[in-house]
Amino acid sequence: MPGLAIEREVLIEAPQDVVWRIITEPDQMSLWFADRVDLVVEPGSHGYMSFGDQGGPVVVEAVDPPARFSFRWNHPRGEDPVAGNSMLVEFTLTPDGEERTRLRVSESGHELCDWPDAEKQRYADEHQEGWAEFLDRLASVLAERQPG
Amino acid sequence: MTAQADDELWSAIGDPSRRRVLDLLVSNGEISASWLAGRVPFSRQAVSKHLVVLEQAGLVSRRKHGREVLYRVEADRLDQATRAMANVAAQWDRRLAAIKRLAEAAHAEASKKP
Repeated sequence: MPGLAIEREVLIEAPQDVVWRIITEPDQMSLWFADRVDLVVEPGSHGYMSFGDQGGPVVVEAVDPPARFSFRWNHPRGEDPVAGNSMLVEFTLTPDGEERTRLRVSESGHELCDWPDAEKQRYADEHQEGWAEFLDRLASVLAERQPG
Repeated sequence: MTAQADDELWSAIGDPSRRRVLDLLVSNGEISASWLAGRVPFSRQAVSKHLVVLEQAGLVSRRKHGREVLYRVEADRLDQATRAMANVAAQWDRRLAAIKRLAEAAHAEASKKP
């Protein structure tokens, strides 16, 4: 899914298994993520995350210790989250020596569904930029066109 | 949940073909669907569908001009979209920073033990 995701990365001075635990153990998750995390970290498991008085269901997608963990959320209530109605959050952990881990997270949205593959590829090649950059650019074009 | 970008906005912008339509609207001001259809690699029907989605997300508005319908970008909404997306990115930066802090503390603690 080129160009459709927010991607962030951080380098952590701790081994991969330590980072993995922080990311996937519900007790730890509640320290950096939601206020409350009700989740069994197994593929296909349904859980819930609370943020103050708000919250929402999540469904675990991939659990591949200690390298990959992903879940889907923000799907319409009452529907199963699938590509096209939800956001996919994916953590990737890569060791950088013995004591360091590169952690990458991506959150990506609705996949392109109604385009032929060749067209998707061509468009992706032409538009390497992500939508965040795209929006920045649009916004600056707009600012020039419509001052104030 | 949290300060996320709303679904309609996200799905409107998440699709590259719609980004292309939006791009053309921004660069060219007010334009018609058939003008757009001449400049994208998909059908007039697809263009209309994309315009409907963009309109529902509030990113595009239309008005009748004689027998034509002209579309244009809603600058305020686009600005809001930009901020919403930046917000999502900033949230992940904060979470990653917290993960880093927790993992490094846990690792330092474990290394102290004999």
